[in-house]
Amino acid sequence: MNVNYIFSLIVVVVLFLLAYVGVEAAGLQVFFGVIIPYLALVIFIVGFFYRVMGWARSTVPFRIPTTCGQQESLPWIKQNKIDNPSTLLHVLVRMALEVLLFRSLFRNSRMELKNSRLSYKLEIWLWLFSLAFHYSFLVVLVRHLRFFLEPVPFIIKQIEVVDGFFRIEFVSEVLTVGLPGIYISGLVLLAAVTFLFLRRIFIPQVRYISLAADYFPLFLIMGIAITGIMMRYFTKVDVVGVKELTLGLATFHPTIPEGVGGLFYVHLFFVSTLFAYFPFSKLMHLGGVFLSPTRNLANNNRAVRHINPWNYPVPVHTYEEYEDEFREKMVGVGLPVEKE
Amino acid sequence: MKDLPKPDGLVSMMDHMPPKDKGWMDTPVKIRKGMYCYASNPKSVKYLGLPYPREWSPMDDDWKLPENWKEIISEGFRERLERFRSFKIFMDVCVRCGACADKCHFFIGTGDPKNMPVLRAELLRSVYRNDFTTAGKVLGKFAGAREMTLDVLKEWWYYFFQCTECRRCSVFCPYGIDTAEITIMGRELLNLIGLNIDWIATPVANCYRTGNHLGIQPHAFKDMMDFFVDEIEDITGIRLAPSINKKGADILFITPSGDVFADPGTYTCMGYMMLFHYLKEKFGIDITWSTYASEGGNFGFFTSHETMKRLNAKMYAEAKRLGVKWILGGECGHMWRVIHQYMDTLNGPANFLEEPVSPITGTKFENAKSTKVVHIAEFTSDLIQHDKLDLDISRNDHLKVTFHDSCNPARGMGLLDEPRHVIRNVCEHFYEMPPNTIREQTFCCGSGAGLNAGEDMELRMAGGFPRANAVKYVHEKYGVNMMACICAIDRAAFPDLMSYWVPEVDITGIHELVANALILPGEKERSTDLRSEPLPGMEDEADE
Amino acid sequence: MMIEDLLEEKKSDIVERWFDAVIESYPDGTAHFLKNQKDLFANPVGSNIYSGLNALMDCLIKKHDETVIKDFLDPIIRIRAVQTMFSPSQATAFIFDLKKIIRDILKKELKNSETGDKLSSFERKIDDLGLIAFDLFMECREKIFELKANQEKTKVYRAFERAGLIVEIQED
Repeated sequence: MNVNYIFSLIVVVVLFLLAYVGVEAAGLQVFFGVIIPYLALVIFIVGFFYRVMGWARSTVPFRIPTTCGQQESLPWIKQNKIDNPSTLLHVLVRMALEVLLFRSLFRNSRMELKNSRLSYKLEIWLWLFSLAFHYSFLVVLVRHLRFFLEPVPFIIKQIEVVDGFFRIEFVSEVLTVGLPGIYISGLVLLAAVTFLFLRRIFIPQVRYISLAADYFPLFLIMGIAITGIMMRYFTKVDVVGVKELTLGLATFHPTIPEGVGGLFYVHLFFVSTLFAYFPFSKLMHLGGVFLSPTRNLANNNRAVRHINPWNYPVPVHTYEEYEDEFREKMVGVGLPVEKE
Repeated sequence: MKDLPKPDGLVSMMDHMPPKDKGWMDTPVKIRKGMYCYASNPKSVKYLGLPYPREWSPMDDDWKLPENWKEIISEGFRERLERFRSFKIFMDVCVRCGACADKCHFFIGTGDPKNMPVLRAELLRSVYRNDFTTAGKVLGKFAGAREMTLDVLKEWWYYFFQCTECRRCSVFCPYGIDTAEITIMGRELLNLIGLNIDWIATPVANCYRTGNHLGIQPHAFKDMMDFFVDEIEDITGIRLAPSINKKGADILFITPSGDVFADPGTYTCMGYMMLFHYLKEKFGIDITWSTYASEGGNFGFFTSHETMKRLNAKMYAEAKRLGVKWILGGECGHMWRVIHQYMDTLNGPANFLEEPVSPITGTKFENAKSTKVVHIAEFTSDLIQHDKLDLDISRNDHLKVTFHDSCNPARGMGLLDEPRHVIRNVCEHFYEMPPNTIREQTFCCGSGAGLNAGEDMELRMAGGFPRANAVKYVHEKYGVNMMACICAIDRAAFPDLMSYWVPEVDITGIHELVANALILPGEKERSTDLRSEPLPGMEDEADE
Repeated sequence: MMIEDLLEEKKSDIVERWFDAVIESYPDGTAHFLKNQKDLFANPVGSNIYSGLNALMDCLIKKHDETVIKDFLDPIIRIRAVQTMFSPSQATAFIFDLKKIIRDILKKELKNSETGDKLSSFERKIDDLGLIAFDLFMECREKIFELKANQEKTKVYRAFERAGLIVEIQED
C-alpha cells in the first residue's frame, strides 16, 4: 500500500462526492455550475500568468544549452543543427521537436530490440503514451469548444468528424438503435492516463520517486475522462441543457437549466479543480518547457557574447601580486619578469 | 527472495536485505566510507576568503555549523532562484517521469536509488516547496515538501558530492532539466556555510595563488618543461626551446596543470610542445605558455559561480599582458565548459584580442570569434585538413585506440568529431565504443567535478563502471589497448579506473598520438614512442 | 539419473531464481532496473551479474576448474566490492543462497535419499565457490586500498621523480 496514491485517490473521491451530493441533495447548482467554474478560471489565468512572470523575472545569467550533437565548427565537420543549434532557426526547430514530439523523451527508447524484453518496450511506451495523452487531451479540449461557441466553427466540426468513428446507427421505423459517434480522443485519453498511472504503480523505481502530487492530477484526469464518457455514452446527458449552461458561462450570462444531472456537475467540478490546481503544480511544465535554458538557447557561446545582467566584479589575484611573490624564483630559472 | 524462506545458518541471522517500501524521505542518509571526500582544509577556505573556515569532519555528528545556518541557506536559496531562471524552472517543472533515473553512472554503478538524478534534485526541491511554494506550505508532505533539518543538510552534502555534473541525465529529460545545474546550486549553498571538500577547496586556493591546482611555483613549472625538453631530445634528437611567459608571442596556450605535472598527461604535454616546435620551425608561429595562467581547469566551477570567475579571470588578464592575438586551449573537460559557456560572459568582452585565425592555414575560427579561445582539437583538425603536418602514422601502429568523449566537451559544447578527425588521421587502428556510451550519451569517468580524490575510491570505481564496461567490451572485441580522451581529469582518473576494471587498457591524450606521428624537421629515426617504449619493429634499437 | 543431469535440466530455472536473489539484495528503487534493463551498456551491473551466474552454474555442473570459476565470479565480486552498501558478508552471501534455491527446486526429486546424498556432495562445490568469492573479494579490496595509497604517488610523484625534482636522502 502506498500512502501517496491512496491519499490522492481519496481526495478525488471526496471531490466527486462534494459535487454530486452538493447538486443532487443540497441543490448547489449555482455554486458548482457558475461560481466554481468562474473562480477556477480566474485562479488559472492569474496563477498561470503569475508563475510565468515569476520565471521571466529570474534572469538568465549564462547561456547553458545541453548540446546533444556536433557543434558548429569547421567546414569539414558536419554540424547537428537540431541537437546543437547555433542559430535562432535551429533553436526553433529544436524547440518544436521538443514541444510537439517530445524528442528528448524519445531518445530514451532506442530502436534496437535484440536481446531485450519488457523494459525497452516500456521506455518506448512512456514516449508513446505521453504523446497520446497530451494530444488526445488537446483534441478533447478543442472539441469542447463547441459548448462555448455558437455557431460551432467549421474547424471544430471537422475535428469532430476526424476524431469520431464507428457512428453506429440503426434507424428503422420500428427500432432506432444508435450510439453517438465514438470519439477516439476520449478513449485514448483514458487509456493513456491509465497507463501513466499503472507505470507509477508497477515500476518500483518510478513508484519510489512519485509523490502524492504526481498521482493526484492523474486521478483527476481519469475522473474527468470517465465522467465525460459516462455522460456521452451511458447516462446520455441532456446536451441541449449543458450547452445552455456553458454558453451562458461563455457569454457572461450564466443560467442554470433544468434537467442536467449531478454527473455533469461532477465533470465540471473536476475540470474546475484541474484548472485551479494547475498553476500550483508540476502541470506548469506546460509553460516551463518553453523557458528551459538548456533547450531554448543557441550554442553559439563563443561566437556571440551572452550578457549577465548581474555580473559583478570579484577579487582576483593579479599578475603583479603573483610576480611579487615569486619574482626571485622566476628570475632564478630565467623566466621573464615585469620588474627586475 | 520474498517467496523463498531465509537460508539457514549464519547468513540467515544477518540482514542482507535493504529496507523495503520505505519512502526516500523516510530513509535517513547514511554517510559511508569510500563514498565521500574529506572536508576542506580551513587554511584553503580562509586563503580564498570563503565563509566559515573551520576544522570539521563529515563523520562527526557536529558539523560546527554557524548558528543561523538555516537562515543563510534559505536566503541563499531565494537569491539563486531570482538570479538563475534555470534553477527556478528546474525546481518547478519536473513531473518525475523517471526518464533520467537510470541514466546516471552513479545510480547504475552504486545501486543507490538516491543517485537517480530526479531524486538528487528532489533533495533541493523538497525544501524549495516547503519554503517557497504555496502548495508546499499548505499541503506539506503530500506536495512533496519537507523542512530543512540537519539530516537534510547532510543528505545534500553527501549526494551533491556524488554528482560529477556530467549532464547525461539532461540529454534525456523532456524539459532539459540539468542535474549539473542543480548540483552547482546545491554546492553553492553548502559553500555559504563552509561545507566544501578538500579536493576542491585546496586546488582552488593553490590555483588562486600559484596559477595552478597543484600549487606548483613558477620555477618548478620551468623545471618540468626543461625535463620534457630533455626527454624529447632523447627520443627525437631535437632540442626544443618552448616559449614561457613570452610577451609578443602570437598565441597564448593554456592547458590543465595536470598535463604538466601528472602522468600520463605529461606525454600529452610533450605532444603539445612538439607540435608548437614544429609550427615554429615550419611556419614561424610563436605559441607561449604561461606560469601565471598555468591552469586550464577551474575547480572554482565546482565551488561557486563567483569562485569560477575569480580563477578564470587570469586567462584574459595574461593574454592581455602578453599581447597575444588569441588563446589556444588544451585538452580538458570542464575547462572547456567554462571557456565555452561562461568565460566571455564572466570576464569578457575580450576586445584586446583578435578574432582567431589560424596563421598557418588562414582558417577563421568563426565559432570562437567573440570569446577568442580555440580548442586545440579544432586547431589541429584544421592543420591536418590542410595537410600542414608531416605524419608517420605507423608509429602508432602498436596502438588499438578507442575514444572517450569527455562529458563537458560533449554535452556542454558539442566537440565530438574534431578529436575523431584528428585521431583517424594519426592512427591506423581506431574503434568506437557502443553508441549508447559515446558522443552525447558518453558515460562519465566517475571522478569529475572535484571527486578525483583517493578517499572516495569506491565511489569513483562504481561510478566509472559503466564507462569501464564499454571499454572492456572493445578491448575484448577488437583488442583495444589505448583509450584516448581530451580531458586532464580523465587522464588522472582513468588509469585507476582501468587498473581496477580493465588493466590491459592504457590512457592517452590525443596530442600524444599526434606527436608520436609528427615528423619534426631534422629529427633522427625514432626507436621509441613518447613513453620511451619501443616502436613496433624497433625493439632492438630501443634497448641500446 | 546423475545430479548434474538433473541440475542441467533445471538450469535456467535455477539461474533465474539465483539472479533474483542477488537482485533482491539491492534497494527497491534499484532492483527493478537491474533486473529488467537487458542492455549490457545501459545496465552493466545487472548484465554482468546475470551472465556471470549463468556461466558459474555451467561450471558447477560441468567442470570444476578453479581458474575458470574465478574468471566468471570475478566480475560479480568486483562490482559488489565497490558497492559500499554491502558489508563483505552481504556482498558474498548470494553464493550460499544457491543451496537453498536448488533444494527448493529439486524438492520432489530429493525425496529419493540417493539424490539427496549426491546433492550434498554437489553442495561442497558451492562451499568452494564461497571460499573463492572470499579470496576475490579480498583481492578487490586490496586493489582499492592500493589505489588509495598510491593516489598521489603514482601520478604526480612519478612525473616529478622522472624530472629529477625530488631529492632523495643520500647515505653518506
